[in-house]
Amino acid sequence: MATAKLLGASIKRREDPRFITGKGNYTDDLKLPGMTYAAFVRSPHANARIRAIDTAKAKAVPGVVAVFTGKDMAGVNSLPCGWLLPELKVPAHPPLASEAARYVGDPVAVVIADSQSAANDAADLVAVDWDVLPSVTATERAAQTGAPQIHEVAPGNVAFKWQIGDAGETEAAFKKADVVVKKRIVNQRLVANAMEPRACVARYEDATGDLTLWVTSQNPHVHRLLMTAFVLGIPEHKVRVIAPDVGGGFGSKIFLYNEETVCSWATRQIKRPVRWTSSRREAFQTDAHGRDHITDAEVALSRDGKFLGLRVKTTANLGAYLSTFAPAVPTYLYGTLLNGVYNWGAIHCEVTGVFTNTTPVDAYRGAGRPEACYLLERMADAAAAALKMDAAEIRKKNFIPKFDNGFQTKVALTYDSGNYGAAFDRALQMLDYKKFRAEQAEARAKGRLLGVGFSTYIEACSIAPSKVVGSLGAQAGLWESGKVRVHPTGMVTVFTGSHSHGQGHETTMAQLVAHHFGIPMEHVDIVHGDTGVVPFGMGTYGSRSASVGGTAILMSINKIKEKGKKIAAHLLEASAQDIEYANGQFQVKGSPQKAVPFGQVALTAYVPHNYPEGVEPGLEETSFYDPANFCFPFGAHACVVEVDPDTGNVKILRYVAVDDVGNVINPMIVDGMVHGGIAQGVGQALWEGAVYDDGSGQLVTGTMMDYALPKADMLPMYETDRTETPTPVNPLGIKGAGETGTIAATPAVVNAVVDALSGLGVDHIETMPLTAERVWKTAQAARAKK
Amino acid sequence: MKKKVTVSINGQSHTHEVEPRLLLVHFIRELAGLTGTHVGCDTSQCGACAIHMNGHAVKSCTLLAVQADGAQITTIEGMAKDGTLHPIQDAFWEKHGLQCGFCTPGMIMSAAQLLQRYPKPTEAEIRHQLEGNLCRCTGYHNIVKAIQYAAENMAKR
Repeated sequence: MATAKLLGASIKRREDPRFITGKGNYTDDLKLPGMTYAAFVRSPHANARIRAIDTAKAKAVPGVVAVFTGKDMAGVNSLPCGWLLPELKVPAHPPLASEAARYVGDPVAVVIADSQSAANDAADLVAVDWDVLPSVTATERAAQTGAPQIHEVAPGNVAFKWQIGDAGETEAAFKKADVVVKKRIVNQRLVANAMEPRACVARYEDATGDLTLWVTSQNPHVHRLLMTAFVLGIPEHKVRVIAPDVGGGFGSKIFLYNEETVCSWATRQIKRPVRWTSSRREAFQTDAHGRDHITDAEVALSRDGKFLGLRVKTTANLGAYLSTFAPAVPTYLYGTLLNGVYNWGAIHCEVTGVFTNTTPVDAYRGAGRPEACYLLERMADAAAAALKMDAAEIRKKNFIPKFDNGFQTKVALTYDSGNYGAAFDRALQMLDYKKFRAEQAEARAKGRLLGVGFSTYIEACSIAPSKVVGSLGAQAGLWESGKVRVHPTGMVTVFTGSHSHGQGHETTMAQLVAHHFGIPMEHVDIVHGDTGVVPFGMGTYGSRSASVGGTAILMSINKIKEKGKKIAAHLLEASAQDIEYANGQFQVKGSPQKAVPFGQVALTAYVPHNYPEGVEPGLEETSFYDPANFCFPFGAHACVVEVDPDTGNVKILRYVAVDDVGNVINPMIVDGMVHGGIAQGVGQALWEGAVYDDGSGQLVTGTMMDYALPKADMLPMYETDRTETPTPVNPLGIKGAGETGTIAATPAVVNAVVDALSGLGVDHIETMPLTAERVWKTAQAARAKK
Repeated sequence: MKKKVTVSINGQSHTHEVEPRLLLVHFIRELAGLTGTHVGCDTSQCGACAIHMNGHAVKSCTLLAVQADGAQITTIEGMAKDGTLHPIQDAFWEKHGLQCGFCTPGMIMSAAQLLQRYPKPTEAEIRHQLEGNLCRCTGYHNIVKAIQYAAENMAKR
């Protein structure tokens, strides 16, 4: 049966009809008989000991079912950290703090009631006797002498010290350098702000001992494993975790949080379902934050602009506790990316992870890789400025030349395939770079400040080879599962361990399966997000679903084809070796007229009356794919801005993105993810930033009124294009597309603003976001200096 | 003391005794059982809760249910008629104007008001009119395209 082209086609999403008609099924939409509602009592202080908690008044509120504090949760363990670095200090992280609260928002009690309003009212009446202590929230102050000590197990608030690269070689490179460029780079703290706040519904069934947890998760199996085996000590197989429609994640819904753990524990106590939905205010305080680095970076250069050496010293703020994958983000997802797309003589990077009285920090879209990319691209421009070279020229001079299978970096990774110059050339062409420089000079003569910024980035995704990450501290494997069930009628249901929360897997994975079976896409359904029906899977993050999850599905497809060949051979009275699969049928090689259609083989497998000896009935296969390496998407972004000299306001005039994510299943969906990624990267560059008051420890940017998310009228249309360099790592040739935009965009925008101000002598701005105020002050200071 | 509130939602009357502090969005979601209208923030920024009340797009998290007594309300569930998508719904699908889908109902409701005011909107007008709706997935590019496409199709009708 002929089908229209499926791979590489911009097919409209099959998940959309439910979303555009208001029929999505998000966690907070769920209502169960006998349901109760939870409200958490949280610390208003950044660092405080709990002398006592009085719950009597709260318990007396009509409709209140129960009030629990940490003391009630005896036998419940600490929330685990899933990535252990050598000598990492791992403080206890109780689901409800009972001794001390360590950041504003740290939960200390939960009220459960018949209605949300009763729960909220009663939560206000829980009286906590606080012994308020001095706190530290500022990254640079955490490890200084005299800073308040947050955990006994971590003297000096240091969680770890980590390094990568060759210190000696790097020192030698700096000794022979003609020019050294040194900058301080602050990569500010961000809040993911998925539009759907976190939520959970936990239901315990007394009669069977089964617990079902609906939760806003990017990885329901990981949630189940961590919660059952490590925290609650209840049998994993008696717990079903369902992540239904999830309204965005961006990393923040990977982690096991206090609230779903407490609700899952509480439903077992009260024997009624418990629902909790985060308010946005709670989301700001408790969703894991991202980034928060302070870095001193130095580049050693030859006079003609060669990158001889890179030395990096970073302090990474981890917040008050170690979130699920926190230690990996500023180490193995950061230091290992510092080679970028360039040839370096030597690299050395040291990272100190520190505890502070702030919300825990973990992966946020890009996770470590945006920090590395920002540093490299900012330093590339600073180096160009120091040498009075063109920003495009210095990049071209240092690019790793095109390669198809393997490039060993100075920081442990082996890149898969790359053609960095080609992507950059395409971006320059789209931009009409020469013409822009002429326009810029003309504008400058009239007092207008135009600037262009580049970002030639690389990232590591398709996370990840289990053995490799295991040797680096991961407490999990990072393979993926894919089960393909062919029904007797030839219809196909695919169960993937990946989880879609905006990525469109129900469409793209169906495209993949329909293509490989040569059957109509309507015959394929994709099921995800339910541990009750999907084989153990690792979930979606690190741009891994198509490349790792998709390959697991492909492996199952191939197993089905192999089994189908045996069945078809029997029906055709041929040898299985002589059967091939093409165009939706099993056929004798070279004789497509001697064939059995896919559906007939499926039916025969379930009605095996005329059937080969030794072949099991049924047509269903499960595969687990563990990638041999990461994949390395790359590309070149260019941003054109105009800075208002009177106000410092930055306006983006053009944004050009050329991305290479390997092979593409659905260009429309990939472009969409690039757009959204760029918006988040621009957000970091210009507006977003989580700010703590380092005296009181209060989160100043605690609502959407104070934290500036990008709005429609702050952003331009994006001009996107692609080069396609397939990866040799997986048989699909797919690298990954979920994070590229966010990784690339931030430095492109900042470099453009610095370029716009370069005529005033500005070659760097230490801290993002580049708000109008910060840009104006920078310009004023530069003018004063001149 | 509870108050009796009657609201017509998508042509169907809903009467409930409610606490005076109950927000309209919770009346719609919890009492009327229409969960297409979402809550994305608590400060009237995100617009995920946008509905039409007496012909105007409003944020249903910023009204009390008692203020809506007697009102005619349309939610996202009332936009498609007789199994046919509203042109704006169709445009969001056609132009990939959504990813996670959470902001989408509010975006569509705001877009409907926008196209009433500006039947032939410029890109700048679209972007400005979406000031009260946040999306974290799309970077707005395809939302703008979807609204342009909807405007063209609605002009043809």
